[in-house]
Amino acid sequence: MKTTSELLADNHSHQDWVPMIEVAVREVFELMLHCKLAVADPAVEEALDITSMVGLAGQLCGVMSLRCTAKAATLMASKMLGVEPDKVGAEMCDAFGEVCNMIAGNFKNKIVGLGEGCMLSVPTVITGNDYSLHSLSDAPTLEVRLQFEGAPIVISLQVHS
Amino acid sequence: MNSIRALIVDDSSVMRKIVERSLRQAGIEISQVFEAGNGAEGLAVLAENRVDLILCDINMPVMDGLAFVKALAGVANAKGTPVVMITTEGSEAHVVQALSVGARGYIRKPFTPDQVKEHVIPLLAVNA
Repeated sequence: MKTTSELLADNHSHQDWVPMIEVAVREVFELMLHCKLAVADPAVEEALDITSMVGLAGQLCGVMSLRCTAKAATLMASKMLGVEPDKVGAEMCDAFGEVCNMIAGNFKNKIVGLGEGCMLSVPTVITGNDYSLHSLSDAPTLEVRLQFEGAPIVISLQVHS
Repeated sequence: MNSIRALIVDDSSVMRKIVERSLRQAGIEISQVFEAGNGAEGLAVLAENRVDLILCDINMPVMDGLAFVKALAGVANAKGTPVVMITTEGSEAHVVQALSVGARGYIRKPFTPDQVKEHVIPLLAVNA
């Protein structure tokens, strides 16, 4: 019987994880923000100017990220806090980071045998969109595009090993 | 059930508010909520205050939730106080580890108020 590490190594592309990422995202939004996500509308193009990232280390190394507009991130925070968007203030980044943290945790708990062998970092939030992310690994990036209250959101898992 | 005093330990202030709201939605009457951003801050709260319920995250800077729960054994104000972990760490190994160091309940994030109710009410009833 193969170990979790061997199974991870065998499956280099991890494309079968994409549906699990999507389920993990949908569950977080339904349970914590009380809203259902829609399928992404390719016609909607907006500059995604806020990014939350959570690192994964251990049997699976990588970075889970969540990108959207600052307006959408504020709406997420307002739904989590149960306040109007104009009352959110400085807690927006905390809420947005926590959404990504829960997505990463929920996703890894869906991979059999990975839960205890993979640790999560505390979230990091980047505002602005004038940056490039460079990975030192040639492993693929898995991506899920959905729509939150009409605004596009992009969830990515960059697998390092 | 009498009004309770609760300590919520989580490095996210938003999550602390959500946990408090979930307790209230579960019908638990709360007279006072203490908040702490990590285990060390939680111990500082307990050095001066007795609480009826502790809800605690695992992944936190400075002192994580498992170290905090272990340290509660030496805290007089925490004697007999039920501790429920609320965390993204959902593996069976983490649950076993948390329960072995003294936690009495375990809730995985994301969670619903009903899950909070299901895990917390029985513990408060036992301690009432």
